[in-house]
Amino acid sequence: MSKRIDVHHVTRVEGHGNIVVEVAGGQLKECRFDVVETPRFFEAMLIGRPYLEASHITSRICGICATGHATASLRASEKALGVELSEQSQQLRKLTFHGEQLDSHVLHIYMLVAPDFLGVGSVIPLASSHPEVVLRALRMKKLAGDICAVVAGRHTHPIAMTVGGFTHFPKVSELQDLRRRLIEGRADVDATVDLFASLPWPSFDRDTEYVSLTKPDEYAFIDGEIITSDGARLPAENYQQVTNEHLVQHSTAKHTRHLRNSYMVGALARFNNNYEQLHPRAKEAAQKLGMKPKVTKTFLNSAAQVVEIVHCSEDAIQIIDQLLAKGVHPEAPAPVRQTGGEGVGVCEVPRGMLVHHYWIGEDGKMTGANCIIPTNQNLANLEQDMQALVPQILDKPVEQMQLDLEMLVRAYDPCISCSVHVLKVETK
Amino acid sequence: MSQNGKPKVAFFDFTSCEGCQLTVVDSLQDHPELLNAVEIVQFREAMSEKGEDYLVAFIEGSCTRASDEARLKKIRQQAAVVVALGACAHLGGVNTLKYLHPLDEVRQYVYGDKAGWYDTYDARPIEAVIPVDYFIPGCPIDRDEFLATVKALLLGKKPPIPDYPVCVECKLKENTCLFTLGKVCMGPVTRAGCKAICPSYGQSCEACRGFIPDPNDSSMREVLAKHGLTPDEITTMYTMFTTYQVREKLMQRASTHE
Repeated sequence: MSKRIDVHHVTRVEGHGNIVVEVAGGQLKECRFDVVETPRFFEAMLIGRPYLEASHITSRICGICATGHATASLRASEKALGVELSEQSQQLRKLTFHGEQLDSHVLHIYMLVAPDFLGVGSVIPLASSHPEVVLRALRMKKLAGDICAVVAGRHTHPIAMTVGGFTHFPKVSELQDLRRRLIEGRADVDATVDLFASLPWPSFDRDTEYVSLTKPDEYAFIDGEIITSDGARLPAENYQQVTNEHLVQHSTAKHTRHLRNSYMVGALARFNNNYEQLHPRAKEAAQKLGMKPKVTKTFLNSAAQVVEIVHCSEDAIQIIDQLLAKGVHPEAPAPVRQTGGEGVGVCEVPRGMLVHHYWIGEDGKMTGANCIIPTNQNLANLEQDMQALVPQILDKPVEQMQLDLEMLVRAYDPCISCSVHVLKVETK
Repeated sequence: MSQNGKPKVAFFDFTSCEGCQLTVVDSLQDHPELLNAVEIVQFREAMSEKGEDYLVAFIEGSCTRASDEARLKKIRQQAAVVVALGACAHLGGVNTLKYLHPLDEVRQYVYGDKAGWYDTYDARPIEAVIPVDYFIPGCPIDRDEFLATVKALLLGKKPPIPDYPVCVECKLKENTCLFTLGKVCMGPVTRAGCKAICPSYGQSCEACRGFIPDPNDSSMREVLAKHGLTPDEITTMYTMFTTYQVREKLMQRASTHE
C-alpha cells in the first residue's frame, strides 16, 4: 500500500506550512511539516534601533500575539535596563494580556478548530447553520479585543505599552463597562465549555515533555521560571538549556529539543504544569471536558484553551476589581536605572512560552536580539506526533488521513508568521 | 461576479504578520452583514475552500523573494481590482528595515552558516511588482477604513483615503500636541485616516500610513532637529515603515544630480 499526502499551505492556521507524508509498502517513508513562510529577519532588523522602538517593531512579528510579543520585548528591555514596574503597571499588563489570550483562543477554537468537527471548511457556512454559535464567538472575540483596546489602544498592535509602564490609562467607566460585560459574558463562557465538552475529541495519545513558565503565586503568563513535566526547573535566563534551537533544511523556522527528541509548549503544557493555580471555575470546566493532569492527548490542547478562556475571564474580573478598588492613577513610566545591558523577557503567549533576549548598548540602541517562538518549539513535537499518528490511521481513506493530519496541525494552533502555511493528496 | 450577483473577493498574504487580515475578521464582528454583500472565495487564514475565480483581490504583505513575484503577477492577471491591504503591501512596511543592513549580514545573523538555505531579497511594496488600484494604509489597517473601502468598491466609487496629515485628525480630537509635551512625532507628514490613534494613546506617530503627497520634508527635519534630534535619530524616525520610500527618494535625487 502506497499513499502520499502533500498538503500545500495548510488552511485555517496562521502562516504558511505544508504537510508531506509518504507511505510505501505499508511503511512510513517520510513524514514532515515544512515551514515555507518567507524568512522574516526581525532579530537582525532590531540592531541599531532605539530600545524604545523594540516593542513596536516586534509586535509586528505576529498579528495574533502582538500584545504577547510587545510584553516579552518590554520585559527584556526592562530587565536589561534595571526598570522596576509599579503594581498598577503590572496589573494593566496582565489585563491586556488576558484580553489577547481570550481573543486568540476564541479565534482558534471557534473559527479554526470547530469547523473540522462540524464537517465544514470554514466558519462562514456555520453562520447560517449554527448562527447562535457564530454570534457567540463574535461577541466573545469583541469583548476580548475591547479589553486590549481599553488598556493599550488596540490588540493588533498595542500602542500605550512602553518600557517602564504605560502612556495612556483607562477611565474608571471603561473598566466598569468591561467588568459588566465580563460578568454577563459568563453565560457565553459556560456555553463554550458545554459545546466543546460535547465534541468527539480524537483519542490520539502520546506522552511528551511539557514545558511552560511557572510562578509561585499565580498561573504564569508574564515572567516566572521554566518548568518541565520531566522534572526540570530553571531560571528563565537559562532558556537556551531547554530550547537548544537548531536548523533543519525543510523549515525556515528553527526547531528545538530538551530532554527528549521534542517537547510541547502551549495551553496543554501550562494546564499540565500549573493546574493547581487555575481559577476554581476553570477547574470545573476542565472536569466537564474530562481533563485532569497529566493530559497527554495532543488534540486536547484546544480543550485546554477552553479551560484558559474560563480562567482568563475570571482573572480579568479580579484584576479589574483590584484596579477599581485602588483607582487608576496616571503615572510616568518607571525610570531606567542603567544605560545599557542584557535582559531576558519571558511570557506565555497563547501558543506557549515566548522568549525575547536583548542586548542594549550604552547609547540606548539595540546591539543584539534573540527571539524564541512557541511554534518553533512545537515543530519537532508535531512531527513526532505525525509519525506516531500515521500508522494508526493508515487504513483510512486518504482524504480522511489528510483531514486527521490537518486537524493535528491545527491542534497546535501554529503561528507560522511568528516562527519565521496544509494539503493535496495523491495516491500512488 | 457569482451567480448570486455578489462580487467574488479573495484575500492573499505575502510577508506579513497577518494582522490586517485579522482586522478584517474583527470588522466582521460588528458588520456580519458584509458577508451578504460579497462572496469570499479565498481566505487561507480563515477557510479551507479555495476559488481561483475572483474580481477583487486584497493583498497583505510585502514581496520579499523572487517566487513572490510570479504569485503576485498571477493574482493581477485574474483580478479586475487589486487592493494593497496594510503597510507591508502598501509601503513595504517594517520588513524594509532589512535595507538598513547589508542583506548578507542580516541572513547570517539569523540563520548563521545555513543562510544559503533560505531564499530572500530586499522587501518591497507590491506596487514595485504589479500595478495596484487602491491601497488601505496602516499597520494594522483601520477597521472603518476597510469597511468604507469595501462600500466604495461595491458602489463603483474611489475609496475615501485622506490626503491630509495625521495632525488634522489629532487637532479634531483636541489632543495636546506631543511636540508641546517635549516628544517628537511624524504626524505632520503622515497620511491621516487612523483617527490619530497613536498620539491619542500617548505615543508618537511612526508614519505607518506612509507620507502625504508632497510632504514638507525639509521643514519636518528642521523641526525634529530643533527638538534635539541628531541626523541619525531623524533617519530612524523616517525609516520604521518607510525605508523603501526614503531610499527611492534618495536614489531619485542622486540621479537628478548626476
